[in-house]
Amino acid sequence: MTAEQSNAAGTPAESARSTPVTGIGRVLIAVYGLLALAATGRSFVQIASKFAEAPLSYSLSALAAVVYIVATVALIRSGGRWRRVAWITIGFEFAGVLVVGTLSLVDPALFPHDSVWSLYGRGYLFIPLVLPVLGMWWLSRSGKVRE
Amino acid sequence: MIEWFMWLQLAVATLAGLLCIALGLAGRKPSDLTMGATALVELLLIVQLVVAIVAPLTGNTATGSLLEFYTYLISAILVPVAAAAWALIERSRWSTVILGVAGLGVAVMVYRMWQIWTVQGL
Repeated sequence: MTAEQSNAAGTPAESARSTPVTGIGRVLIAVYGLLALAATGRSFVQIASKFAEAPLSYSLSALAAVVYIVATVALIRSGGRWRRVAWITIGFEFAGVLVVGTLSLVDPALFPHDSVWSLYGRGYLFIPLVLPVLGMWWLSRSGKVRE
Repeated sequence: MIEWFMWLQLAVATLAGLLCIALGLAGRKPSDLTMGATALVELLLIVQLVVAIVAPLTGNTATGSLLEFYTYLISAILVPVAAAAWALIERSRWSTVILGVAGLGVAVMVYRMWQIWTVQGL
């Protein structure tokens, strides 16, 4: 296999195989990057201008932003240990959007201020709800290809 | 913000986004057309930055948080640059789709900026 690879080095097929991220996964990463940017921007504004109003909500926003950034980086690197990081961060996001989304419906008083995950990410066109599912689907698929 | 200019930006960013996504899914690599459309979106954002700085001097002031407005504007300015950099590094059809995602992302952000500038209580 290694001999084959070194022989084939430089051909299109080989470069496609050795690139960590392929195909539609790149679009997924771009959307993750966009969401990371949105979450970071928003939590920056919240913390800079009105942190005292809702420390819990806004800390959660900041945490979510950091997790989105880490997930984006992990998806780009996507090999070995980074794969596990991607699974953990994406799983955390999915749990976050489900738990916070449900709580914000059942007891709105808990989250009086917007966070990325309130109402299942409605403020972000439900992208926070859909994206982790696509992310996990893609991670498991690319895992099978690797094996 | 100037209303007609906001609508122009929104229309250009949306059209550029849809065009790039369609051409990307059709298998086209980033071209002068799709890179040009993205560059146009970026150019309009730079003009918007100038407008946002000058408008308050003429009495056209934001009703919402300026901090939030500029966070959106600066973020929006970064988006087409990042997508275009990606398209230059990797010339595949998916880079064209990403240019499109950037265009649609900018459209949403421009609309949010308009809300912050004019409509409060949303």
